[in-house]
Amino acid sequence: MATDPHRAIVAVFNIERPKLIASLTRITRDVGVSEELAQDAFATALEEWPKSGVPSNPAAWLMLTAKRKALDAHRRKQLAAKKYDELGRELREEENTPPDLDAALDDDIGDDMLRLIFTACHPVLSPEARVALTLRLLGGLTTDEIARAFIVPEPTVAQRIVRAKKTLTEKEVVYEVPHGEELSERLVTVFEVIYLIFNEGYAATSGENWMRPQLCEEALRLGRVLAELAPYEPEIHGLVALIELQMSRFAARVDTNGEAILLLDQNRTHWDRLLIRRGLQAIARAHDACAKLSRLPGTYLLQAELAACHARANRPEDTDWAKIVGIYGALSALSPSPIIELNRAVAIGMLMGPQAGLEIVDALAKEHTLKNYYLLPAVRGDLLAKLNRKNEARKEFERAAEMTQNEKERAVMRKRAREAG
Amino acid sequence: MRFMVIVKASKDSEAGVMPSQELLIAMGKFNEEMVKAGIMLAGDGLQSSAKGARIKFEGDKRTVVDGPFAETKELVAGFWMIQVKSLAEAIEWMKRCPNPHNDGGELEIRQVFELSDFEPGEGIRIHEKVGEEMKKQK
Repeated sequence: MATDPHRAIVAVFNIERPKLIASLTRITRDVGVSEELAQDAFATALEEWPKSGVPSNPAAWLMLTAKRKALDAHRRKQLAAKKYDELGRELREEENTPPDLDAALDDDIGDDMLRLIFTACHPVLSPEARVALTLRLLGGLTTDEIARAFIVPEPTVAQRIVRAKKTLTEKEVVYEVPHGEELSERLVTVFEVIYLIFNEGYAATSGENWMRPQLCEEALRLGRVLAELAPYEPEIHGLVALIELQMSRFAARVDTNGEAILLLDQNRTHWDRLLIRRGLQAIARAHDACAKLSRLPGTYLLQAELAACHARANRPEDTDWAKIVGIYGALSALSPSPIIELNRAVAIGMLMGPQAGLEIVDALAKEHTLKNYYLLPAVRGDLLAKLNRKNEARKEFERAAEMTQNEKERAVMRKRAREAG
Repeated sequence: MRFMVIVKASKDSEAGVMPSQELLIAMGKFNEEMVKAGIMLAGDGLQSSAKGARIKFEGDKRTVVDGPFAETKELVAGFWMIQVKSLAEAIEWMKRCPNPHNDGGELEIRQVFELSDFEPGEGIRIHEKVGEEMKKQK
């Protein structure tokens, strides 16, 4: 079954596709055209390999075939002479150096992959378009798979991708890796796309079940790829660490009925040790990169550190709450937010007792920014319950139940109100 | 899908002969390629079985047998853990692996069970109970 030649060709193509598109776009300057050329090369492989056998270096074969097709297409369209020459020279060079084709192809591939990532996540595109194009070009997901994952009709996704490609052409987006200040800004956009893909798979309450882990895995893989392409950037390792660590809890985070299980109630033996180890290694790489640039940890690294505090604790009571309080402090300093402050209150409650946590929450309650945030009364109720102030606790849980729009959350709050007595 | 790729042992690996410089470089390049593609989760080489041991079970009885072990071709000399989309992809990746031994190598690709592969049953319940017990321990 696994030795079926058709399957083998499909597998080779899936592995090589992003690299093909990345390299071809350097020549064609158009991701749409490159995607078609890659597909053409694949069709040729499907025709020829069953007859001639799978070539000894299938990756190089596909690349060469696709580049030849690019040349043909250019000839037909009689595009600018300069580009034509460039391509012709590349092809001649490759044909003259047959023995180590793959090394020659590898040389530029890193830069091309980076260019492709930055193009797919370009700010001229809407966030939905960035996600769809990234999954299509770099993840190799079909439009149907993307549609299923995001529960939108397939034609919508197909159109989104077509429009995105058109926008890239119309706005004359240059196929390049941004420099200097722009690099940092553009990286943030790329991180957002990767995290959005991950979160869609991880937190989604809808969409087809089997697609969700695939989205998470694809986001994680893209993160790992980017971490190798831009290892100097601390936040990419922070992002990878965050996803590895969150992914490590994938199997433990819902019960058999699909209900979410709170972190402290999860069965820690179901946490994936391999991913935890990788997450902790990524955190170490992030700190190394920070040290080299004399930079302070960014938000992804800090969030990864939070996840790591839980990952390192074999039992909930082993959690290093002091460290968690400190990390929330650092996050607050980076981007002050009442929601982070509320989380810090929870951590302080765990570290120093419910009274200390309650004081922070009460101070927050006086501000109006969280007045519609149901977790504020929920947290307050929890702290009051721990202080055995049952009546007040019940009222807070009831208030939280009224505030949330989510049925499941409401049920949990009502239950806690009843339990408060 | 997660796969374990098992590198079978050879006479050399069992004799504790270190791989040649060329092989180390080729292996390094191959590993790098898998890391760059974001698919390699872990991988290590194992020392010869002379430095290992076996535990044999018979009912409640356990007998420890020291290495080395005779059936070289069945022994394991190393492994990778990779994350790919299908067995076919795992095969295509591993066909690119340099021959791990001078005297003829063999790789075995096996899919890893994930918790979701198990139907809810007694085994899973026991597994979950272990977690609950761990939580109770102070």
